[in-house]
Amino acid sequence: MSVDRPYESNFTNGESSDGPDLFSINLVGLLTIVRREVRRVLRIWVQTIVPPAITMTLYFIIFGSLIGSRIGEMGGVPYTTFIAPGLIMMSVITNSFGNVVSSFFSGKLQQHLEEMLVSPLAHTTIILGYIAGGVVRGLAVALLVTLVASFFTELNIAHPMITISVVILTAIVFSLAGLLNAIFANSFDDISIIPTFVLAPLTYLGGVFFSISLLSPFWQKVALANPILYMVNAFRYGMLGSSDITLSTAFTIILFLLFGLFGLTLFLLRRGIGIRS
Amino acid sequence: MRYVVLKALTLKNLRKVYRDSIVALSGIDLSVKEGDFFALLGPNGAGKTTAIGIITSLVNKTSGTVSVFGHNIDKEPEAAKACIGIVPQEVNLNLFERNKDILINQAGYYGVPREEAKRRAEKYLKAVHLWERRNDIARNLSGGMKRRLMIARALVHEPRLLILDEPTAGVDIEIRRSMWELMRKINDGGMTIILTTHYLEEAESLCRNIAIIDEGRLIENDTMVSVVSKLQNEVFVLTLTEPIKEAPILEGYTVRLRNNQEIEVEVAKEQGLNGLFEEISKKSLYISSMRSRSNRLEELFIRLVENKNFEATASNELKVKNIINSDKEELN
Ligand SMILES: Nc1ncnc2c1ncn2[C@@H]1O[C@H](COP(=O)(O)OP(=O)(O)O)[C@@H](O)[C@H]1O
Ligand SMILES: [Mg+2]
Repeated sequence: MSVDRPYESNFTNGESSDGPDLFSINLVGLLTIVRREVRRVLRIWVQTIVPPAITMTLYFIIFGSLIGSRIGEMGGVPYTTFIAPGLIMMSVITNSFGNVVSSFFSGKLQQHLEEMLVSPLAHTTIILGYIAGGVVRGLAVALLVTLVASFFTELNIAHPMITISVVILTAIVFSLAGLLNAIFANSFDDISIIPTFVLAPLTYLGGVFFSISLLSPFWQKVALANPILYMVNAFRYGMLGSSDITLSTAFTIILFLLFGLFGLTLFLLRRGIGIRS
Repeated sequence: MRYVVLKALTLKNLRKVYRDSIVALSGIDLSVKEGDFFALLGPNGAGKTTAIGIITSLVNKTSGTVSVFGHNIDKEPEAAKACIGIVPQEVNLNLFERNKDILINQAGYYGVPREEAKRRAEKYLKAVHLWERRNDIARNLSGGMKRRLMIARALVHEPRLLILDEPTAGVDIEIRRSMWELMRKINDGGMTIILTTHYLEEAESLCRNIAIIDEGRLIENDTMVSVVSKLQNEVFVLTLTEPIKEAPILEGYTVRLRNNQEIEVEVAKEQGLNGLFEEISKKSLYISSMRSRSNRLEELFIRLVENKNFEATASNELKVKNIINSDKEELN
């Protein structure tokens, strides 16, 4: 073997006169993390892609075909059509969140997160890399669920741009939320508490299965405090052209969450919270 | 052209107090020259891993400054980090990733373009004799192989400073020998190496300079040769009946004046004391008492030897066992 004289290598390692080229390091680094995260989703597709597809198929069979036919219409469309956007969003939320929380937390647990922490990569790059993984998994599952949905109901997309932007922004928000959960998590319990006790109730009560017009005025007010309601309804508007809420409010809330969570996770990583002693 | 010898690493008054007010480092000053093969020696719990954690920015320091090739880690963290390759004490590999990918990714985190990263992954996997296992995942490697993989990973961005934290703890003698050979070759190529260890023989056979820390304090920082000779010598304090002005010359012994009635004599272990007494009589000195000066270094080494068999990597292996035992990588 031979290990060359390291500084005769043609690649800069922090020694050029104006320091390392941080932009290209972060660009190459980001592509590396994105590729790694996507590979992870695909490598363990039996754990990442298949279970949500099966769950959602069951939802369509039970709520869509069996029960839905008795419910009739909701929000002016057949019940199966009504829940299709909700179920797609539900998959995006749980899978984007789940991907990042699992991947980041297992990096903490096996300590291979240190590979990135000792490198010159910016924290922003690391966050963006994990977001990319969460978004890819969220969208992959969303596509699959859309495919499943199309067997049960006829789907037309009324406003494609709105549909796509809502789904991507939502995937980013919940990737960040998963990252936040993983930063604070110290045990497997810590990463199952939030999905079970926070995410699931908010999602089920977030207008996936019903229009909030069914609720009494008091509970409608309560429901409006749930950000997931806005995401589900904005997405439903994109697909079906009808919604319980105004679109601009939905986008404001989504963007507010997105930037808020991004800022918070960046702050925490910079402070070393959850990752440095 | 530069003739100044660059400092690969400078620590100034480095302190670390962990939560629960555990003082891991209480003000360390240290510097390592470029090209050096430097040993950081100390018993378990001395603060070696903490110091390395701070240098590689995995641990937040309490106070003090750290510079890597002149780059202050607070002011130019990226430039400092780009110079370092680290082989940690505990296995921190992604056990589910292919060995080849672990190296390619690591190069990517340092901005090495992908094609070049692939070439380097091949080169360094071959260097540590793991090329045949390139498509295997890290989980299936033996302990010694994991350690070699971590060395290759630390080299893949071709750092100027390689830090190895107890790389040979718990590996059998044959693998240890081959790792020594590898480290020597790397150092001969010009890369500065800092090696922490609690094996004195390892430090002695590899390193030119050494720092010894114990309980967060630097107790020795010298060339390997002089530390070894200090260890082989015993120092006696002799109290004289009459005061003297300067240290007497005793042939074959190093003598220092402590004060006007006490001298210190260094005696090599194999020299014995009879010769010393003869010399003293020749010089007509009269001794009223004699004691052996306590030798902190030696005491430390006795502890080091006693500690030798401790299990360095047990804690992490245990933690990761959860995931290893189940095939499930997705956690929820
Ligand atoms: N994360 C931590 N939290 C609290 N104390 C720690 C932590 N890591 C190390 N220590 C303590 O700091 C001291 C130095 O430990 P360490 O740097 O691991 O020593 P060494 O590597 O020389 O064996 C020990 O007393 C150890 O218990
Ligand atoms: Mg240690």
